[in-house]
Amino acid sequence: MKRAYCAGLFLMISALLTTPSLVTAQTHSEAFKDNIYETGTLKPRDSVLKVKVGQKAPDFTLPAVAGGKVTLSQYKGKKNVVLSFVPAAWTPVCSDQWPGYNITKDIFDAHETILLGITVDNVPTLFAWTNQMGQLWFPVLSDFYPHGKVARTYGVLRSDGVTERALFVIDKKGVIRYIDVHDINKRPPLEHLARALEKLN
Amino acid sequence: MKKVVWISLLVLSTILFPLDTMAAGPPAVGGTLPNFTLPQPGSSAERDYLGISSRGNFSVPDIKAKVVLIEILSMYCPFCQKEAPIVNKLYEAIEGNPRYRGEIKMIGIGVGNSAYELDVFRKRYNVPFPLFPDADFMLHKLLGETRTPYFIAVRINDDRTHKVVYSKAGSLGEVTPFIENIAKLAGLK
Repeated sequence: MKRAYCAGLFLMISALLTTPSLVTAQTHSEAFKDNIYETGTLKPRDSVLKVKVGQKAPDFTLPAVAGGKVTLSQYKGKKNVVLSFVPAAWTPVCSDQWPGYNITKDIFDAHETILLGITVDNVPTLFAWTNQMGQLWFPVLSDFYPHGKVARTYGVLRSDGVTERALFVIDKKGVIRYIDVHDINKRPPLEHLARALEKLN
Repeated sequence: MKKVVWISLLVLSTILFPLDTMAAGPPAVGGTLPNFTLPQPGSSAERDYLGISSRGNFSVPDIKAKVVLIEILSMYCPFCQKEAPIVNKLYEAIEGNPRYRGEIKMIGIGVGNSAYELDVFRKRYNVPFPLFPDADFMLHKLLGETRTPYFIAVRINDDRTHKVVYSKAGSLGEVTPFIENIAKLAGLK
């Protein structure tokens, strides 16, 4: 009997301590109504990077939500590129991150940089999800099939098939200049990325 | 033994319960705001607007107004972005009406936004009222982890006591009916 109570007590305490509202902090925009799937707190990082700063960024071609395909090397000599991998459509944090970038086009423009948003979701899902964000000025790419191939190449594919919340800054020569594989539960502060872009010049 | 366990449960729940109530829900109409203070605003013009002393943190009832309208927002929230021009119009409508100017003041709290991020929002939308960053979500937790945007109107009494008269998520809708509704709820003459 005593043991059962202690076990109950232990369970209650651990339940209280792990309640998402207590340990995670995230906001939900009214834009997504009740359509955001609560993931709870996830393991901050669940993959091993396969590229590093100073290396050539592996080239790739992916289908874009707006139609057509986008190839990384098409920007070579023309624009710096930011790759923003977010874990999955319709999840907390991710649903906020790109709308933030959407009002900071001037920061990207000032540093002659294009942003490419990437997830492992398929195009129709990305279409429905990004429609809730308003008109996005940057391409959104689907790394759906073969599943997460680009994410795997960069070393940001997690064991459950979603990606890390990761930012890669690639200069006009195609060289990786900045990597932030962020805690998946948190949004990378914009000023960190802005600082990385300033260093490109 | 049973008793000991129940007593320890009781003690534990009193320790844990306050944490839990922090996120129990947004401030209710008829109630008061949770206890929190805000830092000095960015400029002296904003300080003058709020009518607060130039030293130290202040709390909402310190603001020189009969009604304080708080918008809980995030730079990252698409609806807050869409709402920004409407909220600006609301500010202009208040400032342009002698009945409301000086009586209704507005502030915004950028939940999960660093000072840099909130400044991006301020500049992008020319936000004319003071905004306060809540980078670590502390205020967001205290205010019941509301969705964004969220509007709270607080009636400030002459003795600096206060009462929440409006507390709702989503767009404020049409500016004129919104102000009239807030004025009515707050008992402004």
